[in-house]
Amino acid sequence: MVLGLSSKKEKIDGVAESAGVSLAASAWKRLRRSPVFLTGAVIIGLFIVVSVLSPWLAPHNPSEPMLIDQVVKARNEIPPAQPGHPLGGDLQGRDFLSRLLVGSQQTLIVGVGATLIGLAGGLFLGTLAGALGGWVDSVVMRLVDVMLSLPSLLLAFSIAAMFAKPSQFTVILAVAIVQIPVFARLLRGSMLAQRHSDHVLAATALGVKKGAIVFRHMLPNSLSPVIVQSTLVLATAIIEAAALSFLGLGNPDDRIPEWGQMLGDVQNVFDTHPHLAAYPAICIIIVALGFTLMGETLREALDPKNRR
Amino acid sequence: MALLEVRDLTVVFQRKGEEPFRAVDGVSFDVEPGQTVGLVGESGCGKSVTSLAIMGLLPKRGAKISGTVKYDGTDLLKLSDKEMRDRRGRDLGMVFQDPLSSLNPVVPIGLQVTEVLERHRGLSRKEAMIEAKNLLDKVGIPDPNRRLKEYPHQLSGGMRQRALIAIALACRPKLLIADEPTTALDVTIQAQILSVMKELVQDLGTALVMITHDLGVVAGLCDEVNVLYGGKVVEKAMRHKLFAEPRHPYTHGLLASIPRLDAAPGEKLTPIKGSVADNIPWEHGCAFAPRCPNALDVCVQVTPPEEDQLGRLLRCHNPVVPGTPAAEEVPV
Ligand SMILES: Nc1ncnc2c1ncn2[C@@H]1O[C@H](COP(=O)(O)OP(=O)(O)O)[C@@H](O)[C@H]1O
Ligand code: SF4
Ligand SMILES: [Mg+2]
Repeated sequence: MVLGLSSKKEKIDGVAESAGVSLAASAWKRLRRSPVFLTGAVIIGLFIVVSVLSPWLAPHNPSEPMLIDQVVKARNEIPPAQPGHPLGGDLQGRDFLSRLLVGSQQTLIVGVGATLIGLAGGLFLGTLAGALGGWVDSVVMRLVDVMLSLPSLLLAFSIAAMFAKPSQFTVILAVAIVQIPVFARLLRGSMLAQRHSDHVLAATALGVKKGAIVFRHMLPNSLSPVIVQSTLVLATAIIEAAALSFLGLGNPDDRIPEWGQMLGDVQNVFDTHPHLAAYPAICIIIVALGFTLMGETLREALDPKNRR
Repeated sequence: MALLEVRDLTVVFQRKGEEPFRAVDGVSFDVEPGQTVGLVGESGCGKSVTSLAIMGLLPKRGAKISGTVKYDGTDLLKLSDKEMRDRRGRDLGMVFQDPLSSLNPVVPIGLQVTEVLERHRGLSRKEAMIEAKNLLDKVGIPDPNRRLKEYPHQLSGGMRQRALIAIALACRPKLLIADEPTTALDVTIQAQILSVMKELVQDLGTALVMITHDLGVVAGLCDEVNVLYGGKVVEKAMRHKLFAEPRHPYTHGLLASIPRLDAAPGEKLTPIKGSVADNIPWEHGCAFAPRCPNALDVCVQVTPPEEDQLGRLLRCHNPVVPGTPAAEEVPV
C-alpha cells in the first residue's frame, strides 16, 4: 500500500478555514459582551466567594447565642442592631449577620446538591429513553409526563413529607427528584435529534457499536441544552428548598443556618420584625436571579439559530 | 461472481396516513471486484436511498425493502442487525455528501479514525493511532500528527472529506459506496478529492459505487454507469459507450446540459426542461414522459420495458437515434 499521494498535497486545500469557529467559541464571544450575562456572573461569583469564605467573613460564630441575655431580659425581644452586631441578633440571640453569611454556604450546598442529583437522574432516564427508544422510551416518558403534570412544589412537598426524619439531605433529595423529569425530557429530545443526525448515520455506517454510538456520538452532542437547564434549575432548586424549609419540612437542626430555614423560623415575628425575613428573602431572590440571568443568556448564546 | 449483486431492489416508504412512495423501483446492478460503477441521476431519483438500503441503514419502520443485495454471495438484506454491524466499516465502507456534518463535532479526528480500527481490526489505541497517522498521510492530509488532535471544525472542507475517506477505507473494505462525495465542496477541491479516491481504490483494489448527479464525475471515474430516473434504471452501459452514444432521451439530455471542452464556440447548453416534480408514476407509462422531447402517445400508456440492446440496457419506447444533436431548448 505505498502511494505517492503525500507528494501531491495541494496547497489550496491545506489552508484551514478560519471562519469555521466552533459553537462554544462563538457563544463565548457573544456572552462576554452581554451585560445581562455579566450581571448574572458577577452575582453568582460573589455568592460563591462569600459562601466559601463565610466562616472567615462572619464576625461571630453563627450558632452561638451570644445576645441571649438581651432576649431573656426583654422577654423574647429580638436584639436590635448594636456595635459589633450590625444587623442585631435573631430569636435565639445569635448574630444575624453571621447567620446570613454562613447561610449562603448551606443554600449553595442545597442548590448544587439538588441540581446535581436531579441532573444525574435526568441523564440516566433521558439516555435510557433516547438511546433505546421503543417501549422503554414510552414508559420513561409517561412517567416523566405524570411527574411534570403535578405542580413541582406540591410534588417536592409530598416527597419531603414522606421522610420520617427531615434533614438537609431529605430537602436536597425532594428538590432533586422534582428536577429529574425536566432534565430527562430535555435530554431525550436532543438525543432523538442526534439519532437522526448525519454523523450518527456515518458512525453507524462504520459499524460502530451501539454503546459507543450512544456514549461517544449521541450523548456528548446532546448535553448543551441540559447544561443550560442546570443553571436555571439551580435557581429553582434554591427557591424550592427555601419553600420546603419555610413550610416546616426543612432541616430541624438550626445550628447551621440556611436562608430558607431562617425565613421559616421567623414567621411568627414577621409583623414586628420584618427585617429578619427580608434579608434572607432578598438574598434568595438575588441569587436565584443571578442563576436565571446566566442560564437564559447561555441558552440564547448556545442556540444555533442565533449564530452569526 | 460479482462482489456486489443488487437484484430488483425496491424501497417503498410507507408513512401513516400517506400514500406509499416507491423511492427505488426494481434496481439491479453488479459491481465486480475493483470496478467502479456509477449511479447517476437528478436529485430525488433514489440514489441515496439505494445506497442506504445496501448498507442496511434505512429506518426499520416506514421503509419496506425487497429484492436481494448479495455481497460475496451473502444476501445482506437477510442478515441480522448484529451481523450487519460487523460488516459495515469492515466489508463495506461509505462516504457521505457533507463532510462537516458527517464527522462528530466533539470528538477529535484521531479518535474517529482509531474507533473503526479498534472496532474491526482489533488494534490497541496506540497501534491504531500510528495506523491513523499513516491513513491521513495516504489521503494527502498535511501534518497528520497535528490534524489527529484537531476537531472537525478546525479542518477545511476538503480535508474533512479526505479524513472521511481515510476513515471509510481504514479497514480496507472490498466495497466503498460514495454518495455525492464532492457535491458539498468547492470546485477546486472536487477534482482533488476525486483523484484521491481514484488512486486509493485502484491501489487497494476496492470496488467503488460512485453516486452522483454530475456526469463529469462519472466521466473521470466510472467503468460502468447506471442512469436512474424516478427510482428506476433507465439506461445502463459501459462509460465510453454511454458518453459516445447516449440512447435514452434522459441520458441524452443530461449530456447535452453539461459544458464540454470540445463544444463549438457559441454552442448553447441545453438544460432538460421541467423538473422531477413533473414525473408521472411508472405504472401509467414512462415517468420521464412529461419532460421528454421524444415522447410518443404510447409513453403515457405503457410502462417501457427494460431491453438489452447489444450490452446496453435501455428502458424507452423511442430511444434517441445515434448521432442526434441535443434537442433545441423549448421555452417553458
Ligand atoms: N426516510 C424517508 N422517508 C420518506 N421518503 C424518503 C425518505 N428518504 C428519502 N425519501 C424520498 O425518496 C426519494 C429519493 O430520495 P434520495 O434517494 O435521497 O434521492 P437522491 O437521488 O437525491 O439521493 C425522494 O423523493 C425522497 O423524498
Ligand atoms: S419511453 Fe417515451 S417518454 Fe420515456 S424516455 Fe422513452 S421516449 Fe421519452
Ligand atoms: Mg442523495
